[in-house]
Amino acid sequence: MAYLQLKHITKSFGDAHIIKGVDLQIQKGEFIVFVGPSGCGKSTLLRLIAGLEPITSGQLMLDGADITRLPSGKRDLAMVFQSYALYPHMSVFDNMSFALKLAKVPKAEIRQKVERAAEQLNLTAYLQRTPRELSGGQRQRVAIGRAIVRAPKVFLFDEPLSNLDAALRGNTRVEIHKLHKALGATTIYVTHDQVEAMTLADRVVVLKDGLIEQVGSPLELYDRPANRFVAQFIGMPSMNMLPAKALASVTRLAGGRVPPNGFVGVRPEGLRVHPGVGVGVPGRVDLVEALGSDTLIHVDVEGTTMVARQNERTALRIGDTVGVEIDPNVLHLFNQDGQTLAAQGSPA
Amino acid sequence: MPNENHLAHMARTLGAWFAALLLFFPLGWLFLTAFKTELQAIHVPPLFVFEPTLDNFSEVQRRSDYLLYARNSLITSVVSTVLGLLIAAPAAYSMAFFRTRRTRDILMWMLSTKMMPAVGALVPIYVLAQMAGMLDSLSALIIVFTLSNLPIMVWMLYSNYKDIPPEILEAARMDGASLWTEFRHVVMPLSVGGMASTGLLCLVLSWNEAFWALNLTSAKAGTLATLIASYSSPEGLFWAKLSAASLLAIAPIVVFGWFSQKQLVQGLTFGAVK
Amino acid sequence: MTRLMPRALMAPAVVTLFLWMIVPLAMTLYFSFVNYNLMQPGEHPFAGIDNFHYFVTDPDFWAAVSNTLLLIGSVILITLVFGVLLALLVNEPFPGRGIVRVLLISPFFVMPTVNALLWKHMMMNPIYGILADVWRAFGAQPVDWLTDFPLLSVIIMVSWQWLPFAVLIFITSLQSLDREQIEAARMDGATGVQRFFYLVIPHLARAVAVVVMIEMIYLLSVFAEIAITTNGGPGNASTNLTYMIFKQSLLNFDVGVASAGALFAVILANIVAVFLIRIIGKNLD
Repeated sequence: MAYLQLKHITKSFGDAHIIKGVDLQIQKGEFIVFVGPSGCGKSTLLRLIAGLEPITSGQLMLDGADITRLPSGKRDLAMVFQSYALYPHMSVFDNMSFALKLAKVPKAEIRQKVERAAEQLNLTAYLQRTPRELSGGQRQRVAIGRAIVRAPKVFLFDEPLSNLDAALRGNTRVEIHKLHKALGATTIYVTHDQVEAMTLADRVVVLKDGLIEQVGSPLELYDRPANRFVAQFIGMPSMNMLPAKALASVTRLAGGRVPPNGFVGVRPEGLRVHPGVGVGVPGRVDLVEALGSDTLIHVDVEGTTMVARQNERTALRIGDTVGVEIDPNVLHLFNQDGQTLAAQGSPA
Repeated sequence: MPNENHLAHMARTLGAWFAALLLFFPLGWLFLTAFKTELQAIHVPPLFVFEPTLDNFSEVQRRSDYLLYARNSLITSVVSTVLGLLIAAPAAYSMAFFRTRRTRDILMWMLSTKMMPAVGALVPIYVLAQMAGMLDSLSALIIVFTLSNLPIMVWMLYSNYKDIPPEILEAARMDGASLWTEFRHVVMPLSVGGMASTGLLCLVLSWNEAFWALNLTSAKAGTLATLIASYSSPEGLFWAKLSAASLLAIAPIVVFGWFSQKQLVQGLTFGAVK
Repeated sequence: MTRLMPRALMAPAVVTLFLWMIVPLAMTLYFSFVNYNLMQPGEHPFAGIDNFHYFVTDPDFWAAVSNTLLLIGSVILITLVFGVLLALLVNEPFPGRGIVRVLLISPFFVMPTVNALLWKHMMMNPIYGILADVWRAFGAQPVDWLTDFPLLSVIIMVSWQWLPFAVLIFITSLQSLDREQIEAARMDGATGVQRFFYLVIPHLARAVAVVVMIEMIYLLSVFAEIAITTNGGPGNASTNLTYMIFKQSLLNFDVGVASAGALFAVILANIVAVFLIRIIGKNLD
């Protein structure tokens, strides 16, 4: 039986339906990431699980018990907030031990747990400082430490890295990953950054407008997106979505299996740009982005722009005539409603 | 206008100091006069250099039962402030953390009661006080002060509570805190500063209050405001003593005022100016 | 439990304020329609609109109204103009700025009674006062302020007290002026004067509105300064609405007429309050 179950959860604020019916089964020890565009309801869903907002209808089960109506403090969940939400008037030690103190855990045990968590997070030197005296990254770790110390059934993270600068974000992401491997705790992590989703998750839940679009492992979502939305949301730069109507030459490649109003999707690495004419579909270079490790080439083909990715540097310039070679084995076909048709030759 | 040229900067400095000294002059003069003899006080041309004396202060204490009036001022200010906090804090807490659709309207209504001129209530309150035998009593003053300042206190405490980031309270909730624990361990420590400045502002307003003090009291419950007023009938030379008495009456409040400028703005303008 | 609690917490404040608002209002309303003199308690026969008529036809009435308007108008004008100027002056750092600010705001915290006597004796006394000294230093005859210019004297006292308030409000408002906006204007070629009129003044508009309205409400009730210095005189030269009502109620003991007058004052204040509430309301989230 799943550790955490969401059974047809809905949430409305008056007439606004934010969560329209979510079913999800989460196994013990899994790292689940909720991802989606702004306003899709991922934070709301997290807060429903945390108990910070009441569930309008549906059922929430944790470790066999129904916690739908249970107050937050009794759910045995710990949350790491986006703004860290540390108690400004308490020291790091008091911040981390607050929950244990309320639970009347003996002092010696509190000390032991806090010190161990502090060690894991490199916070031992800061235990007596107040949040004001810490940097953003350190405060973040205190927020995480506060959660770890409680050894809860599930960890909840609400966009914890958004307030950090890019370099710190990368490092902390790795630390969170390692922490999860070390602790093996069930975790739900909300983010709008799909790189975090791809690297941290065991399974990713893509949300849009209060509904789940797809659930699967990161690579599953990458290779076999269930619809156009997921296909374009996962992957950076996003998958090229070529309307079948506009590009007859491309549609031909798909062997006539695309409906007239449908789309052909191909990821940037599935396109190969050849200088001059002769190979592939003719087009004109619109923009070249040299990232150092990769090169992105934007090509205008019959009015539609596609982005190709390659490892090598390029001498191509804006306006150059090129031919775009499309690998027919990595095409994703979508009908006019955006649903995926059986893909051609996806990698095993 | 950053990067001012040197001349403009000097002009600004001189202008500002000139204006400040000009505006402050009457108070400075009051201060000086308090340490003069009566003859020195009315000396023409005005004396800026003289032998200071403390005689006036002891005179004031002896003659007009200064301590009684000071005590009354203290009692009415402090009690009305404490009473006000006790009534206002729960209301502000409720409005900040248990907000409903009517919260805003109720808050506005409370503020509007402060905007009615005191003179509108003079007659009824006087009549009521007379009927209840509370004329010239501290209780009447305390009640009136408390009610006059209540809207401001509710408003200031409300703003103060709203400044507490809600996530911190949510974190406390997740940590297992009950409502009372949340209040005791998180809200209260974080709002102590706000409560202090609200109390301070109230203290200032009550201490300086003259309208009700003059009209509802006479010999027994008079406050410092009324004592000073009674210095107005000419009894021979009295300026130095008046200055001494005034200085004693206003000094603590002026100093308080120096420290509570920000709160003052918030409180008196109901936050309409940021 | 959670339903009841917010109401219980708010109850004391709401109930007491409600009583504070309703009881005096109801009583004032009642009194204004009856004949009630404190010297003759017991009988209050119905008086129709006699009290209102009496109040309005009182020889002091129009003087009181015009004095009130003059007082409020002058003080507001003085505090606005000098308040803005002083706030601008102090808006940039300069040596001793902290002290200057402290000096500038001090008069506001002085008790009105001290304010009144300080000016009446130490400043305005025609023989020994400071202003007399200054006048003499310029070779002019000292002015007998309270006798010859009673209303002006009161205006001076009240302005002195309220100017710091305006300065403080404007300083606060100026501090929230967006620096980047000013810099953008400079890059666009706006001169200091242009920046003042196109950026600073509009930004201050709100603060000005608030200052005007708050002062209107408080200035309507100016009392101590008049009662202690001029007693509304000579004649009714410095009587304002508040003092007139006070005279009726506590000097003539005519509660009925005083209440009629009080209603006028309340209505006046109400009009201003409506606008002020609207501005405040926009500020509440």
